[in-house]
Amino acid sequence: MIKSSGKVVGVNGNMVSVEVEGQVSLNEVGYIVLGDQRLKSEVIRIKGSRAEMQVFEMTTGIGIGDAVELTGELLAVELGPGLLTQIFDGLQNPLPQLAEKCGFFLQRGIYLNALPRDKKWDFTPLVKAGASVTDGDSLGFVPEGIFKHQIMVPFNYTDSYTVKKIVPAGKYTVETEIAVIEDEKGNQFPVTMMFTWPVKRAITSYAERLKPVDPMITKVRIIDTFLPVALGGTYCIPGPFGAGKTVLQQVTSRHAEVDIVIIAACGERAGEVVETLKEFPELIDPKTGKSLMERTIIICNTSSMPVAAREASVYTAVTLAEYYRQMGLNCLLLADSTSRWAQAMREMSGRLEEIPGEEAFPAYLESVIAGFYERAGLVRLRNGKQGSVTIGGTVSPAGGNFEEPVTQATLKVVGAFHGLSRERSDARKYPAIHPLDSWSKYSSIIPHEQVEYARKILFRGNEVGQMMKVVGEEGTSIDDYITYLKSDFLDYVYLQQNSFDPVDAAVSVERQKYVFTILIDILAASFSLTSKNDARHFFNQLRQKFLDFNGSEWQGEGFKKLENEIKSMVADKKNS
Amino acid sequence: MRKIYSKIDSIAGNVITVSADGIKYGDLAVVSSTYGDSLANVIRLDGEKVALQVFSGGRGISTGDEVRFLGHPMEVSFSDNLLGRIFTGSGKPRDKGPTLEENMIEIGGPSVNPAMRIIPRNMIRTGIPMIDVFNSLVESQKLPIFSVSGEPYNELLARIAMQAEVDMIILGGMGLKYDDYLYFKETLENGGAMSRTIFFVHTAADPIVECLLVPDLSLAVAEKFALQGKKVLVLLTDMTNFSDAMKEIAITMEQVPSNRGYPGDLYSQLASRYEKAVDFEGAGSITILAVTTMPGDDVTHPVPDNTGYITEGQYYLRNGRIEPFGSLSRLKQMVNKDTREDHRALMDGMIKLYASYKESLEKMSMGFRMSDWDEKLLKYGERFEAEMMDLSVNIPLEKALDKGWEILGESFTSEETGLRTDLINKFWPGKKEEN
Repeated sequence: MIKSSGKVVGVNGNMVSVEVEGQVSLNEVGYIVLGDQRLKSEVIRIKGSRAEMQVFEMTTGIGIGDAVELTGELLAVELGPGLLTQIFDGLQNPLPQLAEKCGFFLQRGIYLNALPRDKKWDFTPLVKAGASVTDGDSLGFVPEGIFKHQIMVPFNYTDSYTVKKIVPAGKYTVETEIAVIEDEKGNQFPVTMMFTWPVKRAITSYAERLKPVDPMITKVRIIDTFLPVALGGTYCIPGPFGAGKTVLQQVTSRHAEVDIVIIAACGERAGEVVETLKEFPELIDPKTGKSLMERTIIICNTSSMPVAAREASVYTAVTLAEYYRQMGLNCLLLADSTSRWAQAMREMSGRLEEIPGEEAFPAYLESVIAGFYERAGLVRLRNGKQGSVTIGGTVSPAGGNFEEPVTQATLKVVGAFHGLSRERSDARKYPAIHPLDSWSKYSSIIPHEQVEYARKILFRGNEVGQMMKVVGEEGTSIDDYITYLKSDFLDYVYLQQNSFDPVDAAVSVERQKYVFTILIDILAASFSLTSKNDARHFFNQLRQKFLDFNGSEWQGEGFKKLENEIKSMVADKKNS
Repeated sequence: MRKIYSKIDSIAGNVITVSADGIKYGDLAVVSSTYGDSLANVIRLDGEKVALQVFSGGRGISTGDEVRFLGHPMEVSFSDNLLGRIFTGSGKPRDKGPTLEENMIEIGGPSVNPAMRIIPRNMIRTGIPMIDVFNSLVESQKLPIFSVSGEPYNELLARIAMQAEVDMIILGGMGLKYDDYLYFKETLENGGAMSRTIFFVHTAADPIVECLLVPDLSLAVAEKFALQGKKVLVLLTDMTNFSDAMKEIAITMEQVPSNRGYPGDLYSQLASRYEKAVDFEGAGSITILAVTTMPGDDVTHPVPDNTGYITEGQYYLRNGRIEPFGSLSRLKQMVNKDTREDHRALMDGMIKLYASYKESLEKMSMGFRMSDWDEKLLKYGERFEAEMMDLSVNIPLEKALDKGWEILGESFTSEETGLRTDLINKFWPGKKEEN
């Protein structure tokens, strides 16, 4: 590729105008040279020989005439073994290493290698010389924590190649040549364990995309039962501030039954990331018995870090997810918050003086959001294995109003909507997902009719509740009142979940199914309760028992005892 | 010797443009007009056209005035000599003291590496029960005080400045009424707290650009003191004025507004200030308390709304009291487990009863008959408001907890409070002596 150079001719906030000599391509990366500092930037518009670049750093000190070096390459990330357990900024700089180098503050113009160069990986070849390979095919693997990290033919080698040479099993660094492949014309290409991939291009080295069907278990009852998410699906969590978006994401990142979790803290508080940073290494993943950090990558571009890098951070995150998907793993990407990402786009659009759309967001907002969520998916790889990327994004709507452009654009493209409500969070009902306003297009772990029945009770109970506010308890019939109590009961013992309780915090599918059968029995029963006081008393008692039941060890002694007590309590009052 | 430019091409509001070369983005310049010198900083470069925002405003500047570039961005002096001093939004002395020019530091520096942050762990005691007991302030926390015009938020800040257990206070005033500025000054002088305080004050009459610089100056200085091991509390009032100043400049610069005229980067701008709150491992810390007045008492207004997404909770100041409902310190769980064993339980218990009191109050106002329980609640609620919520109450945490037990003891029987038996046995008034 041709490398061009240029000179700065204008500075406006984090956008710099450059007069370029030679060729320049859109989204190409360039460096603005400022003494001994080189500031990374990306070309976002070209007009004649003038290119507008967004700078991923603070622009103070840039002057007219400063040199610009263009790289001819798109903004890319390093892919290879050693990504797991790391903490990166939006441009894949490892933050702990940066701290070792620069201390407390993020110094601009310092870029470190994302993958450790000196670490030796234990490579086992899977192909022999002479084998025919193409992009995404495994050449071998190295153990990375609990996974077999596949060393693949880089995704941009899309023709068919013959393996000319492959190294024997042994220890190699990521930069060592481990194979040489040759195309049909006889050109030879060396392959190492590491390669780069442009973040804004989706990885497509698979046989076909499949429809997401299997549920992704989050161990949160209201999600798994009522508002499920599929492996390879997409969902969004909009909610006003303080409604618990981040907490819900944290809980999901801990308990979700997936192989790899990528957390993209995009434009949110640094404090929240710190909690994850400090707690994850201590937490044990019950599935593997290893620390949770072993399956996690954190991309952290918090609110005070440069805005342009915030825009890049979600793409960095999704590219890493796609990379691990190519090994046949299920990856979950949690992006918190996509609104901050959209705002970063808005800032840039304003500087480019583009004609604004609604609330000054650029007109291409919807297509960009759609493009991002479309990178999720379940795929069948060429070797027959399946891998998936599931994306869950939070949305922080201005004023908690879901009518705003980012929420609306997101709702168009996701498969499930978990809307958090201020009312429920104020009432300390956790998780504060609104059970009636939210929806999901994926299938639940519980048969559809049963879920619908329960939802109907909730809906009806809500209606009665509204009515009671007007006519009072006296004006409500006993049947309606019992429906109201049933819906309230369902809300308390099933929709709400105590994330501080060691047992209740994460509920297995098995247990959800089991408990739901008991619950549906209660919801469907007709009770011989004659007065409202009796009814209230009965349901209060039942609720207390059920909450204790929720807190008891699965199939433990307490569990069985309470189950029998609940069943006999119900049987006593049930009309046969 | 730096070149002096004597032809100003355009003047619009506070923004002037001159044709100059060799200028860096963010550089400072001195504009000399017949009304005196003023600082200005570069906010846009376009070829040889340089746009500057003039700190003292564009009024009276003529196209023939001189512009002299200083070749460095905005700086502020940093030393112990700052303590007890009062400065304007451009860093000039507002008191009669000397101008400080030693050890200049840059403002608006880089942000802290998230990997270097630590989980907050120390409580800051303020002597205000509604804060200490119910929503503890934690070192390195950033909290806004959501209020409306007319509420005594500045009185509250002054009290916190006097009483908070920190090493030093930096007060950043933005768009302050002159009376309020004098009030702060007198209160702190009379209370003998001036020697640990630094003021950066922009009053409502001062040029609007200076308002924009106040948080950056305050936080740059705070950061240096924190790195030296000081526990710094930064008080900012009022961030809505700061946001409005930003709006004014953005509109002058013909930026596309996003929501109610505010610039699209309002969130990032506010966040870059609030995120300066930090606890440095092995050194000091910065804690930020910032007043945000809500225009029309509307929490969905862009300024409080964006603030709420950034900060770690909020205090609502209504009717002269910190509201127990709605107010939230998200970090309180980190500290209130280590204060006294009854802290958390008493906090929850008293708030639950206060919520019941509010319900009884509603019943009473609707003319329903009051039960004995309602009467008890009414008595409790009144005492709670007078002896805990009132802003003039100044008692340490432990005394406040004892007071809580005393109020409960005189209003209810121990079973009615729903508090844990072991705590009742230990703390219930009268029982202590029995045991």
